[in-house]
Amino acid sequence: MAVEPAILVNGLYKSFGDNSVLSNVDLAIDWGTQLTVFGSNGSGKTTLLKSLAMQCRPDAGSINIAGRDVRRERSAIRQNIGVVGHQPMVYQEMTCMENLVFFGRMYGVDEVSKRSQIVLNEMGLSRHSNNRVHNLSHGMQKRLAICRAIIHSPPILLMDEPETGLDIVALEIVKSLIKSWTSKMGAVVITTHSIEIGLGWGSDVAILNNGDIVYRAKQEEVDQTWMRKTLLANFGFIS
Amino acid sequence: MDEKNSAGKLWIYIMKSFFKPMLLVLWKDILTEIRNKDIILASFVFAVLVLVICNFAFDITPATVQILASGILWISFTFAGILVMTRSFVVENELDSLEGLLLCPISRDSLYWGKMLSLFLFMMVVELLLLPIFAVLFDYNVLSLSLILIMVLATMGFATVGTLFASMSVNTRAREIMLPILFFPIVTPVLIAAVEASMSIIGGGTSVINIREWIEILIIFDVVYLVVCPWAFGFVVEE
Repeated sequence: MAVEPAILVNGLYKSFGDNSVLSNVDLAIDWGTQLTVFGSNGSGKTTLLKSLAMQCRPDAGSINIAGRDVRRERSAIRQNIGVVGHQPMVYQEMTCMENLVFFGRMYGVDEVSKRSQIVLNEMGLSRHSNNRVHNLSHGMQKRLAICRAIIHSPPILLMDEPETGLDIVALEIVKSLIKSWTSKMGAVVITTHSIEIGLGWGSDVAILNNGDIVYRAKQEEVDQTWMRKTLLANFGFIS
Repeated sequence: MDEKNSAGKLWIYIMKSFFKPMLLVLWKDILTEIRNKDIILASFVFAVLVLVICNFAFDITPATVQILASGILWISFTFAGILVMTRSFVVENELDSLEGLLLCPISRDSLYWGKMLSLFLFMMVVELLLLPIFAVLFDYNVLSLSLILIMVLATMGFATVGTLFASMSVNTRAREIMLPILFFPIVTPVLIAAVEASMSIIGGGTSVINIREWIEILIIFDVVYLVVCPWAFGFVVEE
């Protein structure tokens, strides 16, 4: 029996008023794969990720996550995904540890304090575990957001521009985190504006333009020089 | 034996899927409020100012205070309640925390009940703090068990409707205006019943309906809101 892809999107449409953001997006992401989605501002990257995370409802089309239909099995899918968005999605007045314990309990994580300490260590935040979020820098909040997204060890990670606000050390941590996720047959989708990250982290690549996937290639098929030139010339990227 | 086992399993399931997340949300709101004192302090100060303005605006004499007391009290309670509702969801909007909560695999009912109970608790605290202030400003003691019962029932109605509409209005541009516009027409029956019942207790009541019937009306509206609002909340937050 064929294994269902981690993510399967068919004919996805989404518009906000008269503004069509996603039009007829088809996408399949296999287990053990990282897909990097490039696209200029307004190309629909965030809307695509939000649709996958069930944070916005598509107008048409179907989305299956881990073999489950997002229209019917929302709760089970939520257990299987971790989401990093533009905002950290944590509580300012709570400490890093309290936030992780809170969200961990929401996901039904066993030994949640121990697990929280582990992810804080992984993201280099253990020194700040008792600091309240509003005392953290933007980059530290981003690290905490990643901790929140992985607290329940979801097989699928959805990360919207994870590099924003992160320093080189944190970027290396995220890179190795993603590697360990895919090596354990998880699936990771990231959107980015960084050519270096998209091409350097050894992932499959897609380009989203005007709400449609206009290019998709496996990691080994990507001609990096051509890709770099194309992104710089046609999709508003800067070197 | 099997029946006992399945009843036990059902109870554990309900505890895990409903009560646990509900209590976690309530705990989180209380912890946040203890730390920043944002909601209770602001709405209490605002309600005291309303009482002071009413004290100057109306020609209060020992003869008129009985007639005006109930109305003045409920004006201050209602305005304070609106502030509690708005602030409570503004806190959820900072750093997109509500989105983080919605990503968790918890039922929307438990989220609604957690938020509703925290709103109810904060509003009751403000209202109880206002009673002695009212007694000093108007030289008239209104404290009685019957009044507290009416406050509990009416505040439950406010919190039930307020949780729904605050969650709807928090993402709108004019949320400070939107919430009262949506909220007041729906809670008018509760407000009328609360004012009339309070007037019967405090004194000066001229209504043909006695206090027991007003309390029954309050209970009926509370029950209707408690059925309809959590159901509607699920649709609101999923969209």
